[in-house]
Amino acid sequence: MNKTDQLYQEVILDHNKNPRNFKELASPTHKAHGINPLCGDDYWISIQVENNTVQDIGFMGSGCAISKSSGSLMTSLIKGKSTQEALDLKNTFLELIMTDCTDECREKAGRLKVLEGVKQFPIRVKCATLVWRALEAALSQKDQAISTEN
Amino acid sequence: MKSVQKIRQDFPMLSTHMNGHPLAYLDNGATTQKPQSVIDAITHFYRDEYATIHRGVYELSQKATQACDDVRAKTAQFIHAPSIDEIIFVRGTTEAINLVSHCLGAYVQPGQDVIITGMEHHANFVPWQMLCIRNGANFKVIPITDTGELDMDAYAKALSENTAIVAFGHISNALGTINPVQEMTMLAKKAGALVLIDGAQAIAHAPVDVQAIGCDFYAFSAHKCYGPTGIGVLWGKKTLLEAMPPYQFGGDMIESVSINKTTFAPIPAKFESGTPAIAEIIGLGAAFDYITKLGFDFIQKQEHSLLIYAQEQFEACLPCIQVIGKAKHKASLVSFIMEGVHPHDIGTILDQEGIAVRAGHHCAQPVMTRFGIPATTRASMSFYNTQEEIDRLVNALEKAYRLLG
Repeated sequence: MNKTDQLYQEVILDHNKNPRNFKELASPTHKAHGINPLCGDDYWISIQVENNTVQDIGFMGSGCAISKSSGSLMTSLIKGKSTQEALDLKNTFLELIMTDCTDECREKAGRLKVLEGVKQFPIRVKCATLVWRALEAALSQKDQAISTEN
Repeated sequence: MKSVQKIRQDFPMLSTHMNGHPLAYLDNGATTQKPQSVIDAITHFYRDEYATIHRGVYELSQKATQACDDVRAKTAQFIHAPSIDEIIFVRGTTEAINLVSHCLGAYVQPGQDVIITGMEHHANFVPWQMLCIRNGANFKVIPITDTGELDMDAYAKALSENTAIVAFGHISNALGTINPVQEMTMLAKKAGALVLIDGAQAIAHAPVDVQAIGCDFYAFSAHKCYGPTGIGVLWGKKTLLEAMPPYQFGGDMIESVSINKTTFAPIPAKFESGTPAIAEIIGLGAAFDYITKLGFDFIQKQEHSLLIYAQEQFEACLPCIQVIGKAKHKASLVSFIMEGVHPHDIGTILDQEGIAVRAGHHCAQPVMTRFGIPATTRASMSFYNTQEEIDRLVNALEKAYRLLG
């Protein structure tokens, strides 16, 4: 597989075309805005948390295939998880695509491994992490927009 | 006349590779590649003739001073400025516009209008917006049409005796629109306004005659006309530059300094505090020489034929693409969106094919908002580009659409 094909794998193309949980919750308990001013990726994350569990989550906005598929995979994976598990998965994902991660990390990342190809495109790493940064902001109730540039 | 293949040999970067493919450099709107003569001029200066200017009584310093003065004269000639004292060396277009918007601070009264257009680069947008906030002036942005041209009726209507300053780009970086700068200036002058033109996108692609245009200020960067980064030019009318306060204080810009009083040097030194970018100024001179030798007749003919070819190929092969910016008078660039595919993904796929384009909002977010899009992909051409490179671009775009569309 060449680099382009490693980046745009079938799974990613599918999540880009048909993003899961591509919606805004009507009355979320947590919400955050993530923007990448360099390329214009722009998403709102909205989450319904009950008893420390992510009951429902949606992401809405516009951006590239990497940011959108990352949002689709993220929301699919953390729905039903505890907020702590969600944050742990966020850390695992960041480790996966921002470091020379261990096999153990790769294992923990599970389906997110499909995004590992982003590593070979340093300029695109921020596309993949944007929604996860917004998730972190939403769960920690930071009432501010998250930008990849500050 | 040299062939394009021969001309390409003047630019070392054009024979390099990117991701295993010969580099197809189609991001000339962002910055241009450098001919060997510019690289040599800078290297030669650093290696054999380096010294500071003005301060030294020794021969090397005098020679460096003379070399910079020569480039100042060359610059005046290049844009048909009436006096070499009107050429101010700055870091680039951005600094030139910031300088003017800052130093004209006292000129703009509360309630007066500052007018710009809806196709400005942020560098010719935000400085004026901030000036208006500082001074309590009205910030007016003239709308653009669906083809990406200025709404001239709205422009004419907006001008009045209440207009203090009008600022606009000669050529739009995001759309390629060539503005009718002479007519726009004439209308603004009739209203009694000062006119600044952002020439960043024009300087390498069309002959500029500031006296024929009739504007008060004209700004451009060297790196967009085959020269080095970190150096640019502000041209301004002598009477205005003399009336304006200095921009920054320091060495070289003073006449005399005492505890009680400081007086400033006459223009251009008044606006050039500190040791300038001497090697870059010398590089800019070499860039002017290169352009002059090629001639704008050749440059414009070659770049226009590339634009026509690109537009034809896009239309014939890429129905998935919508071109943004279809002005009648257009520079050699194509800004576009592809159905269902984000520009950032297109940029990455083209990169893997060795093709350099710009993907993003081009520092012109109001333009993107006007067309209801987050970003575009932009291929911007220079005389050294070829039809074969356009073919490679079209093929790679077809590939991107097959993959992601």
